[in-house]
Amino acid sequence: MSSKARRRFLWMAGGVVVLGVFGYFAWGGLGKSLVYFWTPTELLAKGGSAYGTAVRLGGMVVPGSVEWNAETRDLRFRLTDGDTTVPVESRGAPPQMFAEGIGVVVEGVFTPAGVFRSHNVMVKHSSEYRAPEPGKHPAEYYRKLFRSQASP
Amino acid sequence: MRAESVAKFLGVAAVVVLLPGVYLGLVWAPPDALMGNVQRIMYVHFPSWLATGAGYLIGFVASVLYLTRREPRWDWWAEAGIEVGVLFNCTGLLTGSIWGRPTWGVWWTWDPRLTTTAIMLLIFAGYLVVRAFVEDPEARARVAALVAIVGFADVPIVYFSVRWWRTLHQPQSSPETVDPEMVVALRVMFLAFLLLFGYLATRRYLLARTRWETERRLLELEAARG
Repeated sequence: MSSKARRRFLWMAGGVVVLGVFGYFAWGGLGKSLVYFWTPTELLAKGGSAYGTAVRLGGMVVPGSVEWNAETRDLRFRLTDGDTTVPVESRGAPPQMFAEGIGVVVEGVFTPAGVFRSHNVMVKHSSEYRAPEPGKHPAEYYRKLFRSQASP
Repeated sequence: MRAESVAKFLGVAAVVVLLPGVYLGLVWAPPDALMGNVQRIMYVHFPSWLATGAGYLIGFVASVLYLTRREPRWDWWAEAGIEVGVLFNCTGLLTGSIWGRPTWGVWWTWDPRLTTTAIMLLIFAGYLVVRAFVEDPEARARVAALVAIVGFADVPIVYFSVRWWRTLHQPQSSPETVDPEMVVALRVMFLAFLLLFGYLATRRYLLARTRWETERRLLELEAARG
């Protein structure tokens, strides 16, 4: 090969590699095999094989389902993806953005009792940024539930 | 106009826009309804990523131009863009982490957005390392350009990660999802950071040029001495 043809070949080969990697990420199987969190529906679909494996579970906190025991510092709530709901148990106060109806990702294991035992609750924030409405204090819910009663 | 004068102009303009930008973001714009004042970190976080993207894009384009034209100045631009890009990549990650702790509850999590961003920093920090290891200026420019071009593939992956995969990180905001006053403060900070980036990158370009010329002269002297 002449040096010019060789150079053109190298350019094309490089371009194919870069596009290939990019395409694999964009449309390939990676998106399906490597998920950051499962939905409750996916978790239950795994059946017994889901028990005891450390996973992340993502969904929305069902309004009215939050129970906080200030003495034992146990937090219970139900997590839903709209179709399926899974009860979650956790220890300690959650992040200050935690509220009913908010999106969360919990890390932990699914137990045969059908309860997801979480050691870490993370709150998902949406892409919305809004000024507070007059007379409304969204942080009030958190303060009432977790601050006034407890905390060492 | 000479690059020195451009740098001086950009530097002065950056300070002139940065001062009102900081005021608008930290004082004038309202706090977020859910996050309170923590959300104000966005006025440094978003602009940091804009400057990071600008730096890596300049690095990519200049690297392609270097390989096709073999003019040293494209190597200087590539090095300048990427080095300053790495700086803003770090401020972006740091501000994101500081924001994440009170909002998400964690400093860091291996979600696709954060992971691809960490990889991006490693790639371009690696670019700087590669440059430090190759002694011959032309060989260095060639190898570095290759790293920059291949490594740039991660940049759009970082951008689209929040749309392609499930992440803890929120997807991109738009003026529809952000209150108008916050948008004004953000736009001023975007401009301020672009000017600041332009100033730093131009200064870095001048430094790269001086180094290249010095290296050239040293090599010539060595050759003359035998």
